[in-house]
Amino acid sequence: MFESLDFALAPGGALLLTGPNGSGKSSLLRLMAGLTPPLAGALTWDSVAVTEDPASHRARLHFIAHQDALKPVLTVTETLAFCAALREAREDRLMTALERFHLAELADLPCRVLSAGQRRRLALARLLASSAALWLLDEPTTGLDDASISDLLAAISEHRADGGRVAIATHLPLPLAAVRSLSLERFAPRRSAA
Amino acid sequence: MTAFLALVSRDLRLALRQGSDAALVMAFFVLAVVLFPLGVGPEPQLLARIAAGVIWVTALLAALLSLDRLFQQDYEDGSLEVIALAPLPLEATVLAKCLAHWLTTGLPLVVVAPALAALLQLETPGYVPLIVAMALGTPSLSLVGAVGAALSLGARRAGVLLSLLVLPLYIPVLIFGVAAAEQDIAGFAIRPHLLILTAFLAAALPLAPWAAAAALRPALE
Repeated sequence: MFESLDFALAPGGALLLTGPNGSGKSSLLRLMAGLTPPLAGALTWDSVAVTEDPASHRARLHFIAHQDALKPVLTVTETLAFCAALREAREDRLMTALERFHLAELADLPCRVLSAGQRRRLALARLLASSAALWLLDEPTTGLDDASISDLLAAISEHRADGGRVAIATHLPLPLAAVRSLSLERFAPRRSAA
Repeated sequence: MTAFLALVSRDLRLALRQGSDAALVMAFFVLAVVLFPLGVGPEPQLLARIAAGVIWVTALLAALLSLDRLFQQDYEDGSLEVIALAPLPLEATVLAKCLAHWLTTGLPLVVVAPALAALLQLETPGYVPLIVAMALGTPSLSLVGAVGAALSLGARRAGVLLSLLVLPLYIPVLIFGVAAAEQDIAGFAIRPHLLILTAFLAAALPLAPWAAAAALRPALE
């Protein structure tokens, strides 16, 4: 996918992964989440390899993948409460999460009646329901309207102000302050001449 | 522990709200057993002779039918990835899912079995051993089945692959489960059979979640 890739993400930092389709944006995020092991190289957190303690790496990250991972028969509140319980997060974060993404009036509806944008907002509200230090977002703006995108940006900058880190794979230019951009096509493996 | 219980209660809630899945398995169990008197004839002696075996084999098939529910749906909609990325070890996740699966599949099978045994004219001393053996054996079906469900995840024609993987592993449970009921009717001791079923469960309890978790990891890459 890519080679000679080296980067560090400081507390409060943001990393924007760009590149054409198939350049490995999602793969890099999955690698950072610990889902895929790297072929070569290492992933470290505070100079400790994450493979040494995968459980605490999982505890400090939250990965929003392409799929919304919602169950049609569970309500919005149940979906978020399950996510919070899974990460043993505080219950009071739930209401904050619902309000920040304007889901409070949908709280008791089952997920099957939500629109694509509302489903995406619920998936993103999971970020606030869990207290992860590292957010990994794969095309988070898919299906979102402008108001929801600014909600997301506000949530990201608040997360960063609290010392959280965020890595986003996107093809849209997101107006984030002090962002580090990484274009993955520059790291594509050079093919040896056949 | 909170996370473990949250996972169990979520799976139970999903099974209850999508009631058709669990009900379908029960309906299959009842219907398949009811077919036997129609197929082999209504002679009480013949039915009594095959009762325990018919109930056990049908229970195995019913359990098999429900196994794809364990991981498949969560895998397809991305929920499995969310759950796997939680701090809870994947082994504990598998155990929680097996517990929920047993409560919604194995336990109802045990509850319905006496009624079906009556239908098949099972002799009276056979009831208690049959129920005890099923209560000990069905959790093993869920646990061993989880390994097969995890291995066949994402495979083409997963259902066929799953039955080929899992049915041979169900044979010990079948043999000793049937023997427990039949030996008691014949007047022999049933203790050894129940102990072997317990031993099988005791071995599956730690080994199956470990093996299933190992099979899930590559599927999630």
